[in-house]
Amino acid sequence: MSAVALTARRWLPPFVGFGSLVLALAVVEGLIRLGAINRFIVPLPSEVITSFARVIVEEDILHRFLLTAWECLASGILLTVFGVAIGALFHRLRLLRLACETWVAAMASAPLVLAYPLFLVLFGRSALTIIMLAFLSGLPPVILKTIEGLSATRRVLINVGRSFNLTPAQQFYKILLPSALPTIFVGIRLGLIFALINVVGVEFLINFGGLGQLINELAERYDLPAMYAAICFVIFVSVVFFVTTERAERWLRSAG
Amino acid sequence: MAVPSTSNRVVPLPQADAAILVVDRVAMRFHTAEGGVSALDDVSFTVAPGEFLAVIGPSGCGKSTLFNIIGGLLTGYDGRISVAGQKISGPHASIGMVFQEESTFPWRNVVDNVAFPLELAGMDKRERIERARHFVSMVGLDGFENRYPAELSGGMRQRVSMARTLASEPKIFLMDEPFAALDEQTRLLLGDKVLQIQQQLNQTMLLITHNITEAVQLADRILVMTYRPGRVKRIVDIMLPRPRTSEIVSSELFGRYVAQIWSDLREEASRGMIDDESRVLHAGECRP
Repeated sequence: MSAVALTARRWLPPFVGFGSLVLALAVVEGLIRLGAINRFIVPLPSEVITSFARVIVEEDILHRFLLTAWECLASGILLTVFGVAIGALFHRLRLLRLACETWVAAMASAPLVLAYPLFLVLFGRSALTIIMLAFLSGLPPVILKTIEGLSATRRVLINVGRSFNLTPAQQFYKILLPSALPTIFVGIRLGLIFALINVVGVEFLINFGGLGQLINELAERYDLPAMYAAICFVIFVSVVFFVTTERAERWLRSAG
Repeated sequence: MAVPSTSNRVVPLPQADAAILVVDRVAMRFHTAEGGVSALDDVSFTVAPGEFLAVIGPSGCGKSTLFNIIGGLLTGYDGRISVAGQKISGPHASIGMVFQEESTFPWRNVVDNVAFPLELAGMDKRERIERARHFVSMVGLDGFENRYPAELSGGMRQRVSMARTLASEPKIFLMDEPFAALDEQTRLLLGDKVLQIQQQLNQTMLLITHNITEAVQLADRILVMTYRPGRVKRIVDIMLPRPRTSEIVSSELFGRYVAQIWSDLREEASRGMIDDESRVLHAGECRP
């Protein structure tokens, strides 16, 4: 393959992706200007873009961004540590798994965010309330995907481990865990999405710092372009975590 | 013309005290919902150091059960198995296993796959990589050290598994139909590679297979098993010259060995087929 073709193969997907986004925004801009979409509900994309500078300068965005990112990181670490550990325990203890797996799956669909008053009583109006709610909301997919990944480890790989006389701990760290990592990371990403939604949602509800509170304030001021710009920062947090987990997965796989 | 120097021993006992592997009256019974199934019954044989023994039999004769018992993966059998005088009661460092299914670790590249047993032995990284490269080269995969299994063909992946097992330097190299999933040409060529390695290392090898051509191409002796319960039906000495290559398959003598083993196996394979058919019929009648 020629150098030009290789370069094209590498850069074409991001270029097409970016181009599609610009095209979609242009279409929305056109539809709003033509009156097909009400501009009092959806602001012009061009206005949203120009409001970024205002949001950054006037709304203390860096501090809010870091607070939301920190809450998301803390809940992400908790749900990874506890989710993988509980999933591994369920995989190891069949009785526990049979007894509790359905409850964990049920918990995944429960709107835990509605229990925020209880968490306010337990942890006060603090970042801890937000972190704990986000952690518990993101926990079920990590547990379920960890069980799924560990259970899907091919029998022959386990037998290879046994043939080399691995201890149970070596069997877990050298074979089961690396084999299950792609599925576990799917769970972690899903958990982080749930966690981020809850972080922003609870910030919004209890009016406590972060991007959620900013979105609330901007919505109440009816500053729609700035509100959409703030939502873009939430998306940015999500992108940062997605890229980080992807890199972590690649690193862990190569170290496995 | 008859097959030369072929002993049709029913009980194989070539100098049991000089043998590296002794399988003595091994029997295995599985308990199922329909009752007990005897997989192996009174299986006895020995393998001498540096010898290549192939175990052949029809489907359902307990070949894989025997593989798992010798490898220490299956316990609860009757009889005795010992390697270099030591009784086997679980996985053993003296026995290296190569499985029928693809068994490379997809998250490790070729050299790291091969270095796995060395890593377990606590060898430092530089030394184990160097050592692993030696075994990668031995199976003919130079230049592929940093490739991942997903980038290799089925035959290459099986060679990685073989190199990984060789790296653990086992006394006995135990293979369970390692080429079953490969096409005939690749199978013959990999057979050459196995022969070359066996001759180079004077490695004791035990091959479980249902492929007659493969068994005759590789082995010094072939142990023919009966259909369920698996018993030793006959042991055939293969007097083909060594060093051997896959070119041997076109010789007249090779053809005669294949024919002789097939005549032993045919009756057992037919029994297996009739048994399978009657079980399917019975299952059909029992269905409401």
